[in-house]
Amino acid sequence: MSDWTRLTIHETVTALRDGRVTARALVEAYLERIGLLNDTLGAYLTVAASTARTQADAVDDRFRRGEPLRPLEGVPLAIKDVLCTRGIRTTCGSRILADFVPPYDATALVRLIGDGAIVLGKTNCDEFAMGSSTENSGFHVTRNPWGLDRVPGGSSGGSAAAVAADLAAGGLGTDTGGSVRQPAALCGVVGLKPTYGRVSRYGLIAFASSLDQIGPLTKDVRDAALLLETIAGHDPLDSTAAGEPVPDYQAAVGRGVEGLTLGIPDEYFVAGLDPEVEHAVRDAIRVLERCGARTRRVSLPHTDAGVATYYIVAPAEASSNLARYDGVKYGLRAGDARDLVSMTASTRAAGFGPEVRRRIMLGTYVLSAGYYDAYYAQAQRVRTLIRRDFARAFAEVDAIVSPTAPTPAFKIGEKTDDPIAMYLNDVFTIPAPLAGVPAISVPCGFSLTGLPIGLQVIGKPFDEATLFRVAGAYEAARGTARRRLEIAPVPGARPA
Amino acid sequence: MSDVKITLAEVEHVARLARLALGADERERMRSQLDTILGYVEQLRRVDTAGVEPTAHVLPIVNVMRDDEVRPSYPVDAMLANAPDPHDRQFRVPRIIEE
Repeated sequence: MSDWTRLTIHETVTALRDGRVTARALVEAYLERIGLLNDTLGAYLTVAASTARTQADAVDDRFRRGEPLRPLEGVPLAIKDVLCTRGIRTTCGSRILADFVPPYDATALVRLIGDGAIVLGKTNCDEFAMGSSTENSGFHVTRNPWGLDRVPGGSSGGSAAAVAADLAAGGLGTDTGGSVRQPAALCGVVGLKPTYGRVSRYGLIAFASSLDQIGPLTKDVRDAALLLETIAGHDPLDSTAAGEPVPDYQAAVGRGVEGLTLGIPDEYFVAGLDPEVEHAVRDAIRVLERCGARTRRVSLPHTDAGVATYYIVAPAEASSNLARYDGVKYGLRAGDARDLVSMTASTRAAGFGPEVRRRIMLGTYVLSAGYYDAYYAQAQRVRTLIRRDFARAFAEVDAIVSPTAPTPAFKIGEKTDDPIAMYLNDVFTIPAPLAGVPAISVPCGFSLTGLPIGLQVIGKPFDEATLFRVAGAYEAARGTARRRLEIAPVPGARPA
Repeated sequence: MSDVKITLAEVEHVARLARLALGADERERMRSQLDTILGYVEQLRRVDTAGVEPTAHVLPIVNVMRDDEVRPSYPVDAMLANAPDPHDRQFRVPRIIEE
């Protein structure tokens, strides 16, 4: 094996332990590939070359000294730029945080680094994770490695593209309405949104606090299980990080689906679903049946209210969370305003991009006097109905299978002028976070034009293990041979 | 389908609440985009939610308590390192009270 960047996380761990490669050589191989392709793909906003080399040398020292090896010893990862990394610039894809260097690591990062992982860099995303295409980044777009004229999905498009193009062994994203699963589907990688409360949000720069979760983006299902084992669990720094025990997820990956009943929701196979996506997903369901799963139809009757509910709840929470960007404690301060209010207002106008401004306005409006009950309170009541849909379905089935996204990757620029069309891309991923339940996307084939398609598996609260069983069984049946993407670097291609 | 009509005056009011300076040309664009989005989300009014409790949070937790113990916090210098205008170990802001 000459190209170490092709390996999964668990293969990388084995190669390092067997002494076939050093952590430093591995990091150099990734930095070389990033140097070759990042201008074309725009996956990373910041490449942390010197800290990655320092971390790698420390890992190699541990190997030399024969110290006990940690689960992710020497594994180079791509981290979405909404997660605080101590000493490494963290922008949230926003001009308002263009020069922000966090004084601490997010808990997920503390745990990854504590388990031996190496941070290669920070990946591009829609500004403050608001978007489905990574086109809302305040810096540049990210191209889909499977088709350079296509979006990688979003908002964790940079991490998804980096993993798909072997610019990292794996990565972290965050998911509020589909921001891990949808880019995973569009880039042909595995993406998991854990149960709300499974992973600490400390150091995740907040978008919508009742929905946000950190999740892995990986080359295979076992890698997702491996990363979740490290980042999951209670954290005294986040009171919503639940104390539920963290099971052996890697064991679940190979356990098979014998005895499981999978629900197929009528409302997820409707007009607007691309025929090629439907074909691939129905094929995948047949594969799972051949593996021993039983299937039955279920109904989630409030699915079509999900997008509208989300676009009230999430902007309302965002408008409150983003009030902190006032030009005082950190981030941009614009102009030479003579009073505090105009300084704040002009700072926010200069620092926030159009989608973030739109969502702050929408959220402020639905929370304002006279509209609160008609919009926000009603959306919260519909959210209860969406939760009940899942509770009722999970009384009959162990997990629910569906498409992740209604279409394969769309073209860059195709939906930027039509917010509703962009929002509807999340129709199948939005209900899970509203209900707080976990969901995974696993690759299930390609369109005729060679674009990846994702199968979504939705589970009961804190039952990620069943998601790993289903996704793992499907992946094993389909075969895990990954196609190496041949990406020709385009000089000077990195779009402004 | 929609009877929602957000006016320019409402957009200006909300922008003031949100501390967001909008240029003259952006106000009308924002009004029209918000009008479209509000028209879309209005479908929620047709959902029967009589007697349904709102969900603010999916976890069944109310208050999480810990012992009231003094713990070390980050040094002042580290907390000021990202400030646009630190001064004398404090955050300096423009004038708040009129002379």
